[in-house]
Amino acid sequence: MTNAIAISNLRFYYPGHSVSVFENLNLNIKTGSRFGIFGPNGAGKTTLIACITGILKYSHGSIKINGIEVSENPHEIKKHFGYVPQDFSFYPELSPMENLMFFGAWAGLSKSTTQKRAAEILEVLGLSEVKDKPVRKFSGGMKRRVNLAIGVIQQPAILFLDEPTVGVDIHSRQALISYLKMLNTNGTTLMYTSHQLSEAEELCDEVALFDEGKIKVQGLLSPLLQQHQQNGLEGLFMELTGKKYRDS
Amino acid sequence: MYKLWATIWKDITILTRDRVGLIFMFAMPIILAIVITATQNSTFELVNNNKINLLLCNRDTGLAARELVNGIEKADMFHISKAEKSMEETALETLMNKKDALVTLIIPAEFSHKLKILADVTAGKALKEFGVNDEPVKETFDSLPPIQMLYNPVLQSSFRQSISGALQSVMQMVQTKQILQSLYAGLNNTPMPDSLQQEFSGSKMQIEEFPVTKSGNNSIPNATQHNIPAWTIFAMFFVVISLGSSIVREKSSGSFLRLKTLPTNFNLALISKQVTYLIVTLLQALVIFLIGIFLFPHIGLPALALPPGISNLFLITVSCGICAVSFAICIGIFAQTQEQANGIGAVSVVLLAALGGLLVPTFAMPASFQYLIKISPLHWGLEAYYTLFLEGGGLNHIVLNLLPLWAITILLQLIAYAGLKKKSLV
Repeated sequence: MTNAIAISNLRFYYPGHSVSVFENLNLNIKTGSRFGIFGPNGAGKTTLIACITGILKYSHGSIKINGIEVSENPHEIKKHFGYVPQDFSFYPELSPMENLMFFGAWAGLSKSTTQKRAAEILEVLGLSEVKDKPVRKFSGGMKRRVNLAIGVIQQPAILFLDEPTVGVDIHSRQALISYLKMLNTNGTTLMYTSHQLSEAEELCDEVALFDEGKIKVQGLLSPLLQQHQQNGLEGLFMELTGKKYRDS
Repeated sequence: MYKLWATIWKDITILTRDRVGLIFMFAMPIILAIVITATQNSTFELVNNNKINLLLCNRDTGLAARELVNGIEKADMFHISKAEKSMEETALETLMNKKDALVTLIIPAEFSHKLKILADVTAGKALKEFGVNDEPVKETFDSLPPIQMLYNPVLQSSFRQSISGALQSVMQMVQTKQILQSLYAGLNNTPMPDSLQQEFSGSKMQIEEFPVTKSGNNSIPNATQHNIPAWTIFAMFFVVISLGSSIVREKSSGSFLRLKTLPTNFNLALISKQVTYLIVTLLQALVIFLIGIFLFPHIGLPALALPPGISNLFLITVSCGICAVSFAICIGIFAQTQEQANGIGAVSVVLLAALGGLLVPTFAMPASFQYLIKISPLHWGLEAYYTLFLEGGGLNHIVLNLLPLWAITILLQLIAYAGLKKKSLV
C-alpha cells in the first residue's frame, strides 16, 4: 500500500524560537487509512498539520503528499487535500450554500460542479433545509457540519481534521463520524486530531501518540491496546504521557 | 475568471448584509455634503445678500454726521435701528442684545465740528501750496474723535473687516466732501453749490466681476460646486473604515486559514475587494452628485451643475476611487486589529483631507505646508474636480492633476504588495 503522507527527518522551528517543535520526525500514513494523532496540549499536533498543509514552512526534512514534496510544490499539493480547521472557517454572514459556492471556486471547481457537490453534501449533512440561511444564526453543531462540508467540497484524496467535533451535541457528532466513515469508504484518507479519545477509538484504525514533538507510540489501534494491556485510548494516553499538566 | 467572479460576489454579498457599514459609507457623506454646503451657502448669503442688523447712536447734530448716517443707509448693507443719542455704552450693549444687532456704531458728539476744522486746515494748507492764500494757516488741530464700533464677539474677523471696510468707505466720502467744500469756499468765498456737491458725491467708478475659466464659461461658482466634489472625495477615502477592517477581519478569521490551504493565491481576494469597493466608491459619487443635482434645489441650496465633459468626470471619479481603495488596502494589510484599522484609517483620512484643502483652501495654508499638501491624494483629486467643475478645464488640464494621483496610487499598491510579501500572505 502506498503512503498518502510521508514525513522524514522533519525539523521545525517557529520564527524567533531556538527550540524546535519537531526534531527528525518520521511518520508514514497509508492511503485509505483513518489515522488519528493524539497528545496533550502543546504536543505539536496542530503544528504538524500546518506543516503538512503548507500553512507553515519547514526548514529541514521532507513532507510528501501523494509523492509530491510540499515545500517544492506548495500550490500543486493543495489540490490533493481538504482541511477542516478547529476554528470555524467560513463567512458567518453567508449561507451554507454561498460559503460552499465561494470555497468551491477557490478549490478550483467549476460553478456547475460546485452546485452539484454542494447540494449532495448539504443533503448528507442534514443542512438542506437551512442552506440559504446565514450561518451566524446556526447552532454550534450545525456550524461544525458547515465547517466540514466546506473541507470536502472538492472531494479531496486526503482530509485533515483538527478537532472537528469540538463543542457539538451527540447527534451532530454521530452525523459527523458517520459521514467521515462514508468518505473513507469511498477512498478518502483521513488524518484526524482530537481530545475526544472515545470518539477516536470509534473512527480511527491507526493512531500515533505525540508528546513534546516526538512520537511516543504508533500503530494499528487494536494491537497497540493489547500490547500495552489497556482497554482504551485514554488508559494508553495516561500511561505514556503521565499525569502532569502540559498547558500551564 | 469564475474564481474572481465568485470572490467578488462573496464580497458584495457580505457588504450588502452589513447595513451599519452601508449607512456609514453612504449616509455620512450625504449628511456632510448637505450640512457643509448649507453652512457655506448661508455664509455666502450673509456676506453678499443678507443685511446685518446695526444699531446706530448718533450723538452729533451736525451736517457731516447726518451725511455719514445717510451714507451708511445708502450702503444697503445694514438693517439700521437708531438709538437715543443720550444712551450710555452699557445701555447700548443691552439694547444691542435686545435688537439682535451684531454691530453698534457710535458717532461722537463733536464729530461734525471737528471734521469741519480738519477740512479747513487741510484746505488751507492746499491753498497755500497752490499760492492762492498767503495768510498763515493753522498747522495743528485736535484729533478727530473716533467713531466707535461695538460688535458681538460671535462676528468673525472677516465679517468685521468687511463691515469696517464699508464704514471706512462712507467716512472717506464724507471727509473728502467736507475738504472739497472748504477748498471751494476758500477759493470763491461762497459755499459750494448743490449741483456741484451732487457731482462730487458718490463714486463714479465701478467694478465688474468675471470668473476666469479655462473654457470661457462665465457662470459663477457657488457653494454646491465647491462642496459636492470635496465631500465626494472624502466619502470615497472614508471606505477605509469598512475595507480596512474587512481585510483585518479576513486575515484574523478562520476563513483566512482555510484560504491558505486552497490552490488559489490570496492576491485574488485583494483584487476582488478592490473591484467591490471601487464599485462602492463610484456608487457613492453617483448618489452624492444626484443629490446635488436633484435634492439641493428643493432644500434651498444651489443645484449642482455638471461640467460638459462627463467622460472627464468619470475619469476623475474612477481615479479617485482606485486611489481611495489602494489607500484602504494598505491600511488593512499593515493594521493588526480592526481597532487599529479604524483609528488609523479615520484619522489619516481627516489629516489628508485637511492637507488636501477640503477643510481650508490650500492657498490659505502656511508656506511650510505647501510641500506637504502635495502628498495628499485628496488634494490632487480635488484639484482635478475643481479644474473640471469651477474652471471648465478639459482632459489636457485635468491630466496634470491626475498624474500625481496615479503616481500615489501605484506607490500605495507597491507598498501593499510589499506588506503582503513581508507577512507571507502571498
